[in-house]
Amino acid sequence: MSAIQKAPNRPLSTYLHKRPNTRLVALLALPMTWLVGVYIISLTLLLVTAFWFIDPFTSKVIPGFTLENFVNIFTVPAYFATSMRTLGIAIAVTVVCILFAIPLGIFMAKIARPWVRNLLAVAITLPLWAGYLVKLLAMRLTFTEEGLFNWLMAPFGISGPGFGIPVTILTLAYLWFPYMALPVFTAIRQLPLNLFDASADLGAKGWPTVFRMVLPLITPAIIAGSVFTFSLSLGDYLAARFVGGSTQMIGSIIASNINLNPPVAAAFSMVPIAFVVMYLMVARRTGSLERM
Amino acid sequence: MNQGSSKSSTAPSQTATLSAVSLKALNKNFGDITAVSNLDLEIPQGEFFSMLGPSGSGKTTVLRIIAGFETATSGQVFLEGSDVTELAPFDRDVNTVFQDYALFPHMSIQLNVEYGLRARKIPKAERAKLASQAIESVKLTHLADRLPHQLSGGQRQRIALARALVLRPKVLLLDEPLGALDKQLREEMQVELKRIQREAGITFIFVTHDQEEAMRMSDRIAVFNHGKIEQIGTPREVYESPASSFVASFLGVSNLISGAAAKELFGSDQLVNVRPERIKLLKESSKVSEGEIGVKATITDVAYTGANTLYVLESDGGLRILATRLNEELPGQELGLEAGDRVLASFRKEHVAKIPN
Repeated sequence: MSAIQKAPNRPLSTYLHKRPNTRLVALLALPMTWLVGVYIISLTLLLVTAFWFIDPFTSKVIPGFTLENFVNIFTVPAYFATSMRTLGIAIAVTVVCILFAIPLGIFMAKIARPWVRNLLAVAITLPLWAGYLVKLLAMRLTFTEEGLFNWLMAPFGISGPGFGIPVTILTLAYLWFPYMALPVFTAIRQLPLNLFDASADLGAKGWPTVFRMVLPLITPAIIAGSVFTFSLSLGDYLAARFVGGSTQMIGSIIASNINLNPPVAAAFSMVPIAFVVMYLMVARRTGSLERM
Repeated sequence: MNQGSSKSSTAPSQTATLSAVSLKALNKNFGDITAVSNLDLEIPQGEFFSMLGPSGSGKTTVLRIIAGFETATSGQVFLEGSDVTELAPFDRDVNTVFQDYALFPHMSIQLNVEYGLRARKIPKAERAKLASQAIESVKLTHLADRLPHQLSGGQRQRIALARALVLRPKVLLLDEPLGALDKQLREEMQVELKRIQREAGITFIFVTHDQEEAMRMSDRIAVFNHGKIEQIGTPREVYESPASSFVASFLGVSNLISGAAAKELFGSDQLVNVRPERIKLLKESSKVSEGEIGVKATITDVAYTGANTLYVLESDGGLRILATRLNEELPGQELGLEAGDRVLASFRKEHVAKIPN
């Protein structure tokens, strides 16, 4: 039997094959242009702008150097309170997502029949397919004065919290839940079933099993998920605007200053970034990032 | 703790009569598949009991039902006389050593062994002391601070054992615990397990598909097939007097003879078994002595396996016979039999085991 013929010569492939450096440049040209040209430069510009100031008379942005924008974040009570409120909301959203994701993940991964599991997986990712505003509107309709929640709860004498911080937290949790639920579900699914058997065999009931076995083992997934729920919540302002009543978040301040006072908006943009960096540093200290 | 397997006169009279585990009319179905079928079983205290069978024979399912990981479709499970059929695993005084050890990967060896003590709310200092003792008893004190993945398979195996034994269970369940180890380590662990079982005086229920392992370690063996126990007995009983052709062929090598060939040789067509090591190979012209049966045959294959040589024979009546001979002499000083040689295969009548149908 004769050998199968080689493919015809390709001059370009041959040329690249001999020059690894050229090959590397060809490979990275596009992503590096995007990363450096668009991503890093724009972020740097944002940082630089935060040190500029505005001419009080002409309202024109003047390049220069002042720390006043940053000082204001701490000294103007409304600004500082908003930063702390946003941090609190982002933490609450993350906690709510974790509380929902773990039992759901255990059920999906270890108990549900395959078709139920698939159905739930679709149900969890469904919100990702719908538009952002559609979801806000849905929550608005649910929690409005004559909305579904009040109607359902009326027989029990319970009335909804109205638009405010709690509904903002619920809305953000609803928006970002898939980012927590999917990694948590995947992590729990990867836990060998016999670890659950072993835990029960050694005398541990449900709660101790979750706290001492499941939770430590899925911490990397929770951190991965919380990076999303936490940072997306920190940056959001539309939820506060549509279901938050008078609630202001960092995003609200940025949005209202984006034209009026870009240096203040830029300085405030650094706050969520600072929070996320601090969060990642804490996460790193616990050693969870190495296992991600 | 040290009741031992010997009948101790100081032991309370009730423990002498109560079975450690007893199963009554146990059934387990997975959908249409019957995993365990109407099983009754009594395992006395302090016994090293093996459940032996091919994969899918139901032995692991029975173990999991005793542990509480599976619920029986019907039937009852008793531990030292009390009905535990409805109890969760964490409420049963049994512990399990899993096939792949199931150590908690994020916990040190010390914390793994403390896990069960912690669940039982033993104070911290006491817990640490008991765990250290258990780790010492499997000779791994120097590894107490390591994580499971830093240990070898054999070491993990010992830790799994220590983790279960530190709770002093009434019964220890072992689900093919040596399956993942290489041959040499497996044999070491067999001796080790047997020693631990003797010293702790705990009933061991040992699931395996390795008949040699089961015979080497067990007081009694239950041979499983298709969700039923085909035979229960001491290793000697199940090997020498198999209750079925399945048992005869699953334990060791067998020569099952039935029908016309049996009628010609033994005067009855009942199924019988002759073990290959009981068959002697003589010169074709030899005469068999009183009480022996001789079959003229041709050697079709010879396989040297180190300690033994396996001969495959075909009798003049068309019967395929396996014979093994111990290689007591150096090569060349043996009979020097080769494929194609004519021999007289002979065996004593009392070595013919009748197999009930």
